[in-house]
Amino acid sequence: MSTKIKIDPITRIEGHLAIEAVVDDGVVKEANSAGTLFRGFEIILQGRDPRDANRLTQRICGVCPTAHATASALCLDEAFGLTDKIPDNGKLIRALIFGSNFLQSHILHFYHLAALDYVDAVGAIGDVAPFVPRYEGDYRVTGEVNAELVNHYVRALDIRRKCQEMLSIFGGKMPHNVAIVPGGVTEQLTEDKITNFLWRLNEIRDFVDNTYIPDVIAVAKVYDDYFGVGPGCKRLLSYGGFDLPAGRLFKSGVVSPDLKLEPFAKEEITEDLKHSWYANSGSGKNPAQGQTEPELKKKDAYSFLKSPRYKGTVCEVGPLARMVNNYVQGDETTKVLVDSVLGEFGAGVDALYSVLGRHAARAVEAKIVGDAMVGWLMQLKPSEPNIVESEIPEQGEGAGLSEAPRGAVGHWITVKDKKIDRYQVISPTAWNGSPKDDKGQPGPVEQAIIGTKVKDKDNPFELVRIVRAFDPCLACAVHLLDARGNKLRVFKVV
Amino acid sequence: MAVTKYPVIWLQGAGCTGCSVSVLNAVSPRIQNLLLDELVPGHQLNLMFHATIMAGQGEPVIEVLKDTEKNRKGGYILIVEGAIPTAEGGAYGSIGEQAGKHLTIQQSVQELGKNAMLTIALGTCAAFGGIPAARPNPTACKGVQTVFSEKGIETLVVNIPGCPMHPDWFVGTVSAVIFSGVGALELDSLGRPKLFYGQLIHENCPRRADFDKGKFAQKLGEPGCLYKLGCKGHYTSADCPLRQWNNGVSWCVKAGSPCLGCVEPEFPDGTSPMYEKITLEDLICPQK
Repeated sequence: MSTKIKIDPITRIEGHLAIEAVVDDGVVKEANSAGTLFRGFEIILQGRDPRDANRLTQRICGVCPTAHATASALCLDEAFGLTDKIPDNGKLIRALIFGSNFLQSHILHFYHLAALDYVDAVGAIGDVAPFVPRYEGDYRVTGEVNAELVNHYVRALDIRRKCQEMLSIFGGKMPHNVAIVPGGVTEQLTEDKITNFLWRLNEIRDFVDNTYIPDVIAVAKVYDDYFGVGPGCKRLLSYGGFDLPAGRLFKSGVVSPDLKLEPFAKEEITEDLKHSWYANSGSGKNPAQGQTEPELKKKDAYSFLKSPRYKGTVCEVGPLARMVNNYVQGDETTKVLVDSVLGEFGAGVDALYSVLGRHAARAVEAKIVGDAMVGWLMQLKPSEPNIVESEIPEQGEGAGLSEAPRGAVGHWITVKDKKIDRYQVISPTAWNGSPKDDKGQPGPVEQAIIGTKVKDKDNPFELVRIVRAFDPCLACAVHLLDARGNKLRVFKVV
Repeated sequence: MAVTKYPVIWLQGAGCTGCSVSVLNAVSPRIQNLLLDELVPGHQLNLMFHATIMAGQGEPVIEVLKDTEKNRKGGYILIVEGAIPTAEGGAYGSIGEQAGKHLTIQQSVQELGKNAMLTIALGTCAAFGGIPAARPNPTACKGVQTVFSEKGIETLVVNIPGCPMHPDWFVGTVSAVIFSGVGALELDSLGRPKLFYGQLIHENCPRRADFDKGKFAQKLGEPGCLYKLGCKGHYTSADCPLRQWNNGVSWCVKAGSPCLGCVEPEFPDGTSPMYEKITLEDLICPQK
């Protein structure tokens, strides 16, 4: 018997997104993922001073604005001919600002966006908003362990705030830092700021080591069947991220389902538009030539997201993609940490392709970033420059590719007559939450949902746990469609 | 003691969630106090709907909106974050679905706004349109007061602009409502509480002495007044230099960046290019 379930809005994510799926005999047969908000940033940016893109594009997302600040700065560096001239301090301070945002975003994601699907807040706090209404049935953590996890939910609110305060030392304010600019950073570096930053960082690292990672393991032990839920497309893409004087923290590459590594080339990215509310004439183009022309009444379209593809294949991005890329490329720190977490469960690398695998990869990554930041701080030289002077070129092109907390982020610019002629952005959720492409291949979240067994169609925990494990950066809606009747089911929660 | 509860409905329109994240950065009270405790003895906020925080999802949370609108008439606070897309009948932004139909941002802001005791337009997008309304304003985004005026909705709108707004400005405004009532709020001509937006950045700027001495930074990263690098502090009204951001750690000018004028209705078109000196005449007659 086929059923259509509908969840709209999906909460506890950033932004506006929708998903449709068809359930037959308790198993998802088909799924649609759809963005439901369009603001038109790329259109708004046309004709502006290129430097303003660095400030404006941060406002794409208030949860990870520094990801856009970083990608935009790298993109402008290239267009302005500065890529090889950024002073070491500039690279390090950018990375410290960005790293702070990584820590806040990962901690926020686990505790405040995802945990309420596993932890019984009502059992610990009571039957009050905003903890009700909610799905009922599958809260397996109980008693003291539950009370402690709810306590950590509250404590994590302080820790994530402190990540923002740490960021502000170099970034000026958060959300929307002001210091990252083409050429480096505006902040004047002094020794006292380094020590101040270090001790804020140490408190956060202590939380990651002794609370966040143990909590992810504790939840995973109770929900270990979720190592087998939501494998997805298993092709993992990382642009590479954190550009440091000595190279990159996150390696770039594409790892195939059989763990074969392929080097990444940005020219191989295309964006399909068949199922997006944009004119088809722009479909299949590399973002450097991309177009964004809304077309609301388009047949076959169901999303404001485009469908980015790599050599025509569907790729997942995010902490899982980065950790597997680092793992396959022999990064020792990553290998030791990933193996030790998997060892807790006697599981192999294959278990990573799952809801819990994505949470574990994110937690491991928080530790890798936090620990690395200590080293970056110690490389800072207060007497040396943080920024190199720049001038807007008459003409120029640039691409800025980096890694946001949620995955690969890319900005592309064309400058003409000192103004922005074209600006295109591919955000991580464009990859993960993308609709079907021109060939009909479902996007990564859609693929992760397809094949899932839904135990209780009135409380489809499985679906929201899968969607949230990707840490989508837009509010979305999940629909389960009736394969036969095609009639919407009114969704009730006990 | 009897506790007065203030139901709060927090809607997110065309925005970035940055104002919500900024409220998460509140220090005294902290966000957990705002969510779980009496804000002051006898008065408690009750956050019924907030898409980023609430446990529930799907149609049941949309029912919370409908139920509050119907059963708490005149007794709830509506908070709007993000601008309101009005092109194509609001089709560019939906907050969820009910009975198989998209509930647009515009529709829900209008319906909930009509029956609210007070509407707070949080952040520059909700107050004045902000970046989504920047030229060419592809989705015809508007601020809350504009939409209310067009639709004849008379509910008081308090604007708390900023990109994002400072969490203290939000908590402080709510405190003023609790202690002195909605009617006692002193607002400027742009609907902003004078308490926070009463003085120019320039008046309190630590680099003001540099301005007075004519010591101007010529390029980013230099000490000195940032006026020639595009600082908008001489026409922007907010208390950032005194209050500072993120628990008093820093703020834009302290980090070597010009003030972007983000609390003003001209942001971002009238304040662009951001790194170029802009005179008052430019603001009055924007070139574009």
